[in-house]
Amino acid sequence: MSTQIEQQETETEQEEQEPDVESPGERRRAEKREREAERQAQRETEEATLDDEETVLLKVFRYDPEVEGKQEPRFDDFRVPFHKGMTVLDALIYARDEYDSSLTFRHSCRQAVCGSDALFVNGSQMLGCKTQLADLESPVRIEPLPHQEVVKDLVVDMEHFYDQMHAVEPYFDADETPEDELEEQRQSRENREKVKMSTRCIWCGACMSSCNIAAGDNEYLGPAAINKAYRFAMDEREGEDRKQERLRIIEQEHGVWRCQTQFSCTEVCPKDIPLTEHIQELKREAVKNNLKFW
Amino acid sequence: MYEHDVIVVGAGGAGLRAAIAADEEGADVALVTKLHPVRSHTGAAEGGINAALRDGDSWDLHAYDTMKGSDYLADAPAVDTFAKSAPEEVIQIEHWGMPFSREDDGRVSQRPFGGMSFPRTTYAGAETGHHLLHTMYEQAVKRGIEVYDEWYVTNLAVTDHEDPEDRECHGCVAYDIKSGELHGFRANNGVILATGGLGQAFDHTTNAVANTGDGCAMAYRAGAPMEDMEMIQFHPTTLPSTGVLISEGVRGEGGILYNGDEERFMFEYGYANNDGELASRDVVSRAELTEINEGRGIEEEYVDLDMRHLGEDRILDRLENILHLAEDFEGVDGLDEPMPVKPGQHYAMGGVECDENGETCISGLYAAGETACVSLHGANRLGGNALPELLVFGARAGWHAAGKDMKTAEIGTGPSAKSEDGAVEPPVEPGAIDASSEDVVADGAAVEPTAVIENAVENERERVETLLEEDGINHANVRADVQETMTQNVNVFREEESLNDALRDLREARKEYENVAVSDPSRTYNTDLIHTIETRNILDVAEAITLGALAREEFRGAHWRAEHQERKDDEWIKHTMLAWNDGTPELYYKPVNLEGDEEDYEPKERSY
Ligand SMILES: Cc1cc2nc3c(=O)[nH]c(=O)nc-3n(C[C@H](O)[C@H](O)[C@H](O)COP(=O)(O)OP(=O)(O)OC[C@H]3O[C@@H](n4cnc5c(N)ncnc54)[C@H](O)[C@@H]3O)c2cc1C
Ligand code: SF4
Ligand code: FES
Repeated sequence: MSTQIEQQETETEQEEQEPDVESPGERRRAEKREREAERQAQRETEEATLDDEETVLLKVFRYDPEVEGKQEPRFDDFRVPFHKGMTVLDALIYARDEYDSSLTFRHSCRQAVCGSDALFVNGSQMLGCKTQLADLESPVRIEPLPHQEVVKDLVVDMEHFYDQMHAVEPYFDADETPEDELEEQRQSRENREKVKMSTRCIWCGACMSSCNIAAGDNEYLGPAAINKAYRFAMDEREGEDRKQERLRIIEQEHGVWRCQTQFSCTEVCPKDIPLTEHIQELKREAVKNNLKFW
Repeated sequence: MYEHDVIVVGAGGAGLRAAIAADEEGADVALVTKLHPVRSHTGAAEGGINAALRDGDSWDLHAYDTMKGSDYLADAPAVDTFAKSAPEEVIQIEHWGMPFSREDDGRVSQRPFGGMSFPRTTYAGAETGHHLLHTMYEQAVKRGIEVYDEWYVTNLAVTDHEDPEDRECHGCVAYDIKSGELHGFRANNGVILATGGLGQAFDHTTNAVANTGDGCAMAYRAGAPMEDMEMIQFHPTTLPSTGVLISEGVRGEGGILYNGDEERFMFEYGYANNDGELASRDVVSRAELTEINEGRGIEEEYVDLDMRHLGEDRILDRLENILHLAEDFEGVDGLDEPMPVKPGQHYAMGGVECDENGETCISGLYAAGETACVSLHGANRLGGNALPELLVFGARAGWHAAGKDMKTAEIGTGPSAKSEDGAVEPPVEPGAIDASSEDVVADGAAVEPTAVIENAVENERERVETLLEEDGINHANVRADVQETMTQNVNVFREEESLNDALRDLREARKEYENVAVSDPSRTYNTDLIHTIETRNILDVAEAITLGALAREEFRGAHWRAEHQERKDDEWIKHTMLAWNDGTPELYYKPVNLEGDEEDYEPKERSY
């Protein structure tokens, strides 16, 4: 901050100090100074603990079926300069642009909405763009999502994931929509609240990759697809019949009953979707449903 | 060679809506997209989608606001069509299951947005785009629309008639990213470009890394002019470190901007006496930068956006996503402290010139979404107007391409819509890189569809082989140079001298680009190759933005010039157009059409 600004601040401060009562502006300023001091202190400790040279060592998984010397999977080391706020994705981009342009990974939005950069970082699934390097232990080990076929380097084949998503008929099917094309269907706030979390999925595949059951049973629908089914089954705008059909889909042999509530999907989901809970709730719905038929 | 009736390039909001529309008309349609559809940048839209849905509101009010917001550079037929069709389109996605936020009576919620005279912005939390994108993709799945995902379209297959208005588009060339194979795509009825924005021409942008202006550059090289490219919107509230957007919804709900002196400068310094924080984006962006430039910023870089007084409940209900963004990308808890913000590149109002049916001057070639310029947003897009645009004009392009009988377009396109020649004196001869065989030369020698496509594939194959086999420099440096000079010199405030500097730098970057090569020899998922081709497109659009900015000697909407700080209606109610002309951009003008359905729009002073 320039001295000029500091000066201005003190000036206004004095003016406002005269009355005894603390003005809101005054309070804000005081709070702000406190916060800045805190942040500064935090920055200092972070910088001290991180690395003397302010670099981070990445150990990045490499594999290319086509290129000689890369057909055998291996790890490459990249040492990248660290700055505050740097994410795993930033570090990968740096390594690619500065050291090795063949380093391959998916990314696009850099703000946790496109779902393309789910990676296995220090042994756990996460979005590269949403993960601060400062929160990780060094060296940072970056691998493609486990239990998925690797296409090249950090890129995995997502076809199977998409197939499972498509298997639950992932589209809205209302019994009837209002005839007037300018009239919306009503949905209660409560119902929207109920499905809200389930609609947040960005198809990143982290949950599927973290799931032991999915790893062992290729046909298991998996947490993301079941969550997608939940999103529609619980939407009051779809009719009861459609709900029954949806429950039948997720009740199949490789559906909800496979889930052993290990919570790994819920733990890794970057959108904080309570996946395991949703799966459990669908199990209960399915039981109720079956009782009706009895 | 693949063959479909309609080929839609790009599967964001515009592409999906176009594909669904073409499918509704019975066409066999395919989406060809470099990202899987749900990864498109439409998913990042936060704030909302405008439509006149309620008593007290009406389409013509929406149209009026849009025209005024555009600073009278929009074409009235586009604006009227847009405002009339938006309600139907928005309710339709509601019928498709879109999880909009709700009122107590179960109807969709609406909120106020900058530049709107009625709270007509419908939203789904602060993640409207995510829900819109997913809802539309679901409908595409339901209809069984074919998707070629992770296919990169590198060029269009267009006949080689001398006059662009005689040309016809028969398809495109696409590269299968996973296998590295190039294929021709034949479109019996038409190709719709819906490739999104061009934010990557700048280094501080809200746009995704994939937004490299591909469609714009491809159409331009095929002969369809680019329109009003200088009109770049800078959003006033982006996070300083990454460019991640903090939605206008925050200001819509009552968020307040403070400078480093804790002053609510929008009011206190009189930037917008009536509307304060809710003035148009261009106004707020200039206000913030003025504060920062005059030493009243924070850390000389940003200002504060405060939403704490809205209360936790309201924030969680309507802006929860903003809390996550501020936390994840800036380490700031928005419930507890104000968020740092500064202006960043956000949206391209200009793009591929097309009419209200989406068609360009090349028959069979369409554009929709942010890539296109129907001329709806003119010199300044109002928040919440891009998403309904995707729906309205995406659908119209899809229907038209599929053969639906649409009324003859009122908006003129191509060289015959020209009103006068333009002239700028660039400091360097812009010239072009590889204005080679891929581009149209003869006069109708190649018109037979298959031959046109095969020829295009052959040219692309040569380009790719050359890039892969030769040695050279990495494109990343060239891209970084372009982004830097654009942010430095072609930003919110523009001066003749800096625009000239930018053109010189771009010329330099073009020369450098002649030496780029791809060092990854692999055919499998070669992102090095894709990014290298993208960089070529970035160069073309960056040059067009700068040339347009140099030509327009006035201050209109988002375009501010130090030497010309006033709107000059007598001279400048016209579009800047750039035509390819063998790689040397040719500048001309086209009149703006202000004749609306109800009444003619009279340019008025924009005051806030
Ligand atoms: C952060 C942010 C927030 C926004 N918020 C709002 C808002 O609240 N309200 C509003 O109205 N507007 C908003 N906008 C603007 C609006 O979201 C965009 O203008 C709009 O979504 C663009 O949609 P699109 O379909 O044109 O492009 P995109 O969604 O970007 O889709 C482009 C598609 O083209 C494909 N593609 C690109 N090049 C190629 C190629 N060469 N080959 C094959 N495929 C290709 C991509 O894969 C992608 O599928 C926002 C924009 C941003 C960046
Ligand atoms: S549920 Fe969560 S982890 Fe699974 S795909 Fe969706 S966003 Fe990713
Ligand atoms: S880059 Fe889009 S989710 Fe990380």
